[in-house]
Amino acid sequence: MEPILKVDDINVYYGSIHAIKGISFEVYEGEIVTLIGANGAGKSTTLNTISGLLHSKTGSVTFLGESLGKVPSHKIVSKGLALVPEGRRIFSQMTVQENLEMGAYTRASSAVAADLDMVYSHFPRLKERYRQVAGTLSGGEQQMLAMGRALMSGPKLLMMDEPSMGLAPILVEEIFSIIQSLHKNGATILLVEQNAQAALSIADRGYVLETGKVVLSGTGAELLASPAIKKAYLGG
Amino acid sequence: MSFLNYLISGISLGSIYAIIALGYTMVYGIAKMLNFAHGDVIMVGAYICFYSVSRFGLPAPVGVLAAVLVCTALGIVVERLAYKPLRAAPSLAVLITAIGVSYFLQNAALLLWTSNPKVFPNFFAAKKADGTVITGIDLAGGQLTISYVTIVTIAACVIIMLALTWFTGNTKMGKAMRACSEDKGAAQLMGIDVNSTISVTFAIGSGLAAIAGVLLCSAYPNLVPTTGSMPGIKAFTAAVFGGIGSIPGALLGGILLGVLEIFAKAYISTQLSDAIVFAALIVVLLVKPSGLLGKPIREKV
Repeated sequence: MEPILKVDDINVYYGSIHAIKGISFEVYEGEIVTLIGANGAGKSTTLNTISGLLHSKTGSVTFLGESLGKVPSHKIVSKGLALVPEGRRIFSQMTVQENLEMGAYTRASSAVAADLDMVYSHFPRLKERYRQVAGTLSGGEQQMLAMGRALMSGPKLLMMDEPSMGLAPILVEEIFSIIQSLHKNGATILLVEQNAQAALSIADRGYVLETGKVVLSGTGAELLASPAIKKAYLGG
Repeated sequence: MSFLNYLISGISLGSIYAIIALGYTMVYGIAKMLNFAHGDVIMVGAYICFYSVSRFGLPAPVGVLAAVLVCTALGIVVERLAYKPLRAAPSLAVLITAIGVSYFLQNAALLLWTSNPKVFPNFFAAKKADGTVITGIDLAGGQLTISYVTIVTIAACVIIMLALTWFTGNTKMGKAMRACSEDKGAAQLMGIDVNSTISVTFAIGSGLAAIAGVLLCSAYPNLVPTTGSMPGIKAFTAAVFGGIGSIPGALLGGILLGVLEIFAKAYISTQLSDAIVFAALIVVLLVKPSGLLGKPIREKV
């Protein structure tokens, strides 16, 4: 089977800083794949490169058989690739519903109504607040909105950058159970997390990043059991 | 009665400032730059309308339409050639470029249309059967005169404000503009083409500047290549006064500034009126740095 996303030996620089040093990985349809690692390991940079916000000097990103190297950032989402960015980045002065509509910006308006219902069924709290200005939502609700907004584009691959960041433990649990239920409904997910324990326990496979390189990979269970991972990321 | 007269001409002048201020505020909101050439687009619009009507004998509405079309195109071209290449440049470079574009437009106008003042025709006058021209309505036994230009100006301002509010609140493009003004990166992730959104913003702002140019020169018919610069600066002041980036702020700032200017001229001193207007700006900014309706900018930590 062909992977739906294939990242092959990408190298990304911030000025003279070599942030990504030849990362390669694949995501297959229906999987949850996680990239874990400490701050500065290059997790977000990798996602931003796939979404076209940053560019790789060498190597390639192939999505559904098509190279994304020359595709401008705003054309990526209509190919079926959606990113829930780090720090949520919702449109805080627009209403909840307007944020969701922006998620469906590239789609015909006939598809929007059904997807709005789908998103509201995953996130009933957003439905209660659909006319509220998004900036007034709590952190957890904003994360849900950012996820719902990405789902509105009808993605074939949903990428999430640190969805648990800055949330209370109970909300982290809630966000992860939503990710699992999306997965059960057939979504393919690429998850970037600092919370390695939570990410690995729901992931099919994982890659461990350190200073711009993949240092370890395996199934979620294998990585959870690995002594090196336990020592470095799971507190012993 | 004279108070009412002053108030009405203040609102009328303020309406023109408000229409110009919209161009500043929308471009600032989305491209995060101050387009100091905006005032000169007003002048270009006024010249286009003047030549269409006075030289080529076209009907006034066609002249206004021509001015709007030319200015819209000018706005898009200026953005593409002068500002787009500087998208990643420091804001100071963009600011200096905008000042350069402003001088370029003024001097191009000087070459094309010379420094001889043109007397702008009054489109808003009616001829009576006996041949006398009336330019306004007399009320209260002739003590209060409201000119047709005033009525049209205020009406135009109200219509433009309502239309823009509807546009940004209800259309896909309008919502995309709001999304870009909040977070360009996130807007791109939604599939919004940020560059074309910025072009549309310049197009709308410049088209409105053409209308403002026609209204301005209808009220103050002396047209020279520098006609746009002072109203441009005043309208920029109005935009900052009301809170730059905010559409209702542009309206409020424009009207307040216009009324303040006319009152200062009438009751204090004609020469000092501009000083008083700008002093008021300084006071507002000292008390509320983000302007009357502006949102405070939070620094990200």
